[in-house]
Amino acid sequence: MTGDKLVVENLNAWYGKTHAVQDISLSFPDKRATAIIGPSGCGKSTFIRCLNRIHETQPKARAEGKVLLDSQDVYADDPTEIRGKIGMVFQRPNVFPTMSIYGNVAAGLKLHGGYSHDEMDRLVIESLKKAALWEEVKEKLDQSALQLSGGQQQRLCIARALAVQPEVLLMDEPASALDPISTARIEDLIFDLKNQVPVVIVTHNMQQAARVADRTAFLYLGKLVEVAPTRDLFERPTEKLTESYITGRFG
Amino acid sequence: MRPPKRLRRRVKSAALLALCAVAVLITLLPLASILFECLVNGAGAITPAFFLKNPPAPCNPAPGVTCPVGGIQDAIVGTLLLVVVASLIALPIGILAGIYLSEFQDRPLARPARFLADVMTGIPSIVIGVFVFGIFLFFAQEGWISSFSIVSGFTGAVALAVIMIPVVARTCEEALRLVPTSIREASLALGIPRHRTILRIVLSAARGGVITGALLAVARAGGETAPLLLTAGFTTGAITGLSGWTPSLPVLIYQFSAGGYANTTQLAWGAALMLVLIMLLISVGARLALRNRFGGRTA
Repeated sequence: MTGDKLVVENLNAWYGKTHAVQDISLSFPDKRATAIIGPSGCGKSTFIRCLNRIHETQPKARAEGKVLLDSQDVYADDPTEIRGKIGMVFQRPNVFPTMSIYGNVAAGLKLHGGYSHDEMDRLVIESLKKAALWEEVKEKLDQSALQLSGGQQQRLCIARALAVQPEVLLMDEPASALDPISTARIEDLIFDLKNQVPVVIVTHNMQQAARVADRTAFLYLGKLVEVAPTRDLFERPTEKLTESYITGRFG
Repeated sequence: MRPPKRLRRRVKSAALLALCAVAVLITLLPLASILFECLVNGAGAITPAFFLKNPPAPCNPAPGVTCPVGGIQDAIVGTLLLVVVASLIALPIGILAGIYLSEFQDRPLARPARFLADVMTGIPSIVIGVFVFGIFLFFAQEGWISSFSIVSGFTGAVALAVIMIPVVARTCEEALRLVPTSIREASLALGIPRHRTILRIVLSAARGGVITGALLAVARAGGETAPLLLTAGFTTGAITGLSGWTPSLPVLIYQFSAGGYANTTQLAWGAALMLVLIMLLISVGARLALRNRFGGRTA
């Protein structure tokens, strides 16, 4: 077992007066995929949005606590810097509408600056390959990203996130807006990706968690109920709440 | 029982459709009439001299008298100059203000600024002319500028800019607000700093709306007469650069159409046609520029 890449200590988050994440401590080991499950509104999206400090960009949102990336406090650093190290893929594909396929993947590199043309080409191709999209788009890199299908757009978003070479990849229900075939492709992708970067995936789909994640955490009403290796959590949950959720008694 | 009901519905539907069609015709009629009249009466004025000469003395043809025809060269140049300088002032300020209103809407200044911009778009343009004239008068009294440049092309351009700024700011704001939050988050999540996110990603995604808003403002400024009367000067004469009295198409049309002399009335018609054509060109040109390189429309 490798060490913990990302460690969360006593994380709290609010939207205005709503206390959405309550005192969660959780760690994410390197080269593993961790799934976060729980019923709608349990704070799972808010939780991972705190990890790359995108939560605080919303009006009236704030967060407190410690998030340590390689034992350096994310909340003591510059948020822009942190977001370059902790990549994120969102629920719905959000490609940049006025950019080409190439432009989308290169956007992070271009706007950070300091990359030569050759380097950029290399990283774009590499990222598209990692995101299993290269074969489908290699002939039309200069065409609009909007003409891709929803599933392809989502893989483009993954490629875009990978291009800036993040150390952690967060995924907020990355397949919830996709059809079953695209979903399967994304899941295969996560399975491959976790060998390179630790993946944290929020999902409302328990089968998906079981398929892709090494560890699973169950959140309920803003609190962490239980975290365990995925198989253990689904087969021998220690908490009553977890058991009733995974057996479908609520949620 | 059923057929009559269905019939009644059909009649109602047809009647409403007819009403809508009539409303469309009524809407388009003035526009078509203006274009038609300008073409019929103005086309004759457009000769090479029209672009190369300045207006002659007003004159009516009589036995033994031939009136000089002349042209409106400096008014065309003047209008272009006024609009370009006004745009150079108003577009950056308006777009930056629009960015503030949209991207920093939780700041305390945003709400009052938006309200003021809305009020400003409703201020009669003659009032804006007087206001800008007053400001330059004050500058001259303080000795900051020469009293000769109170009435000048630059003053006129500032007056037009004051009219343009709130229009640009509000349309830019609306265009930026249409960009989904998820696009901003996508950019921030890549570690792109906020200022670059706004300038390179959000503004780019909204460029269609921003350009349309800018054009609306340019068209509005290009057609304004009232604010120029006091500021750029009530003149149809030669242009002397931005520091002196500057003729413009709207002022020339105003001055010549009321004169009652054959040759200048003809020039006024020609000027009206020119003004319409310039606006048309700007709008078509922008639409072409707006087509992004993927062949689709951006907005």
